[in-house]
Amino acid sequence: MELRSRNFKAGVTRSLANPHLRNALSNLRARMVSGRVASVAELDNFEQIRETAKQVRDDALRHLDFLLEEFERNAVARGARVHWAETPQDMNRIVLEIAQAAKVRKAIKSKSMLGEESGLNKYLQDAGVEVRETDLGEYIIEQSGDVPSHIIAPAIHRTKDEVSDLFQQRHGGPRKTDIAELTREAREKLRPHFLTADMGITGANFLIAETGTTMIVTNEGNGRMSTTMPRVHVAVAGIEKVLPTLEDVSFILRLLTRSATAQSISNYLSFTTGPKQPGDSDGPEEFHVVIVDSGRTRVLGSELRDALRCIRCGACMNHCPVYQNIGGHPYGWVYPGPIGSVLTPAYAGLENAPDLPNAATLCNQCGVVCPVKIPLPDLMRKLRERQFERKLRPWGERTGLRLWAWAAARPAVYAALTRIGVRLGRMLGGRDRLIRSLPGAGGGWTAERDLPAPSGKTFRELYAARKRD
Amino acid sequence: MRVGLFVTCLVDLMRPSIGFAALQLLEDAGCEVIVPTTQTCCGQPGYNSGDRAAAQVLARKVLGEFKECDYVVIPSGSCSGMIKTHYPELLSDVPQARAEVEWLIARTWELTDFLANVLKLERVPGTFSGTVTYHDACSGLREMGVKSQPRALLDKVPGLQLKEMSTPEQCCGFGGTFSVKYGDISARICDQKCDDVVATGADALVLGDLGCMLNIEGRLRRRGDMRTRVLHVAEVLAGSKPDGG
Repeated sequence: MELRSRNFKAGVTRSLANPHLRNALSNLRARMVSGRVASVAELDNFEQIRETAKQVRDDALRHLDFLLEEFERNAVARGARVHWAETPQDMNRIVLEIAQAAKVRKAIKSKSMLGEESGLNKYLQDAGVEVRETDLGEYIIEQSGDVPSHIIAPAIHRTKDEVSDLFQQRHGGPRKTDIAELTREAREKLRPHFLTADMGITGANFLIAETGTTMIVTNEGNGRMSTTMPRVHVAVAGIEKVLPTLEDVSFILRLLTRSATAQSISNYLSFTTGPKQPGDSDGPEEFHVVIVDSGRTRVLGSELRDALRCIRCGACMNHCPVYQNIGGHPYGWVYPGPIGSVLTPAYAGLENAPDLPNAATLCNQCGVVCPVKIPLPDLMRKLRERQFERKLRPWGERTGLRLWAWAAARPAVYAALTRIGVRLGRMLGGRDRLIRSLPGAGGGWTAERDLPAPSGKTFRELYAARKRD
Repeated sequence: MRVGLFVTCLVDLMRPSIGFAALQLLEDAGCEVIVPTTQTCCGQPGYNSGDRAAAQVLARKVLGEFKECDYVVIPSGSCSGMIKTHYPELLSDVPQARAEVEWLIARTWELTDFLANVLKLERVPGTFSGTVTYHDACSGLREMGVKSQPRALLDKVPGLQLKEMSTPEQCCGFGGTFSVKYGDISARICDQKCDDVVATGADALVLGDLGCMLNIEGRLRRRGDMRTRVLHVAEVLAGSKPDGG
């Protein structure tokens, strides 16, 4: 996906001015946030499960090299072909080579965030392979020439009305307004593609080392069709997706679906172990797994390592007050919200995403819901430190902070300066003690808010006076 | 019991009445209160903006200021959270400060937590006529576990009725320098908080962090709401008159 994180502020302005987005996102807060609370309450030891899940993921990351080789051995033993890609470009090339070798004309695709990272659809299409997204949300995105705004619900920023208009325009026929009817219409449009595709492309929620299995978690059944119907199946996965055992996966799933969609289990869990075997009623003739680094190894060796535990549930963005108001597009890449504010700088360069680590209140609503306990605010703070060191923040901001710290470290200077400051502030407040407009950076505050004025004397002055009395 | 009061820079500059309310509550409960006159800022603005070196200087200054105290009490979840949950990380590369950090964080308390769980206050001096709603500021709630303590204390204020918001734990959008750098997002987040406050019909919004107070009060006033009072929990418990109120 094209990286547009530098345009964060312009994207925010667009988002805040969009009434459809506001309606769409208010549903998110209502459904996802309260739904998760109820779903998590089904487990009486959720916090304990979270802690163990964190350890399971950390252990896997610690033994990544062994686990990936174990996965490869077991997958190959079952007839899968395993490919290794260092960069997103390598991944695209490998998938295309598989497609060309198998004379693939059409591919159907189940949702893959890694595919979004590498721009896989466009790459294949430019090389003459037709690609169809089959996840309903991704289909809406594809049909409107849009980009996803959420990792679980890519079209969450669209209201039902917008989808009604889109389908009427793209499909012809009468305008439908019922969700079930709209879904049926999309399904009718997609079915011929399922039946005629030569290749299915999926991501992988997890790679299971002990069995050489890839697995995906879906709700619509399109994933199952993509893994079983076409004669070639390609699964693409980041190296961090590997877990040692099936037991580990079933354990983590208790958290994943509850955190993601407030479901105790998703409609489909599809496990793929090798291609069609003698006696199998369905399945692909060829099964390929492309294991991709794409910046993961670098992150593994960095202070952002904890972010690699992510199981892509989306709870952090659902609970983020910033995401809840601006949606996913301003973040400008594949991963929005808190996890995106860490992964985008990590994978695409801190200098290319200057706003992302800063556009957060550090409220930690993300950190407390993260099923694998990624300390997202701490990681954003680390990135802020790197920005400060590398002088990636504006001169005025850095100087202002330095001046504040310089004065605050010198109580006498601080007392003298603040004595003047609070009197000035009191004057600016006028009769109703509200400052309506501030110059410079303060304008960021007063554009849409008043500032209650200081009372005119500092605590230290008043306390000293009281002591004298 | 010698209690050090860290008033915080915001209270010092913007609303000293909160500092005096905290002082009164502690003194009324029989504490010997020490207010170090060299205190300024805990270093959080630098820490959250990436200026680690500056934050370390201020943190080490705080370490030296409360050495004669049995407890350090702070009328802010945010500043107490800074000390208690972030100083160990902030000073992790300063090994000679380690013992001092451990000493300080073991003694640091958010004000309402201290009043409810250490002093176990039975009565409070304040009275209030009307309904209030309580906002759980993020750091107090998620770093210091402040949730039931202010409510239990407010429950002891004669005449005060508490009416909860639909989502009292939702962030108000302040976020320190975030509120200035991304004022547009911050104000939009705050609108949801304002709507939630207004929907309760409460006479006053009460909370324990001045940053969030300035944010929510500022947005309420800009929206034309001159009625809903915004009070620090210390002011309500002490029954003191806010500055300029």
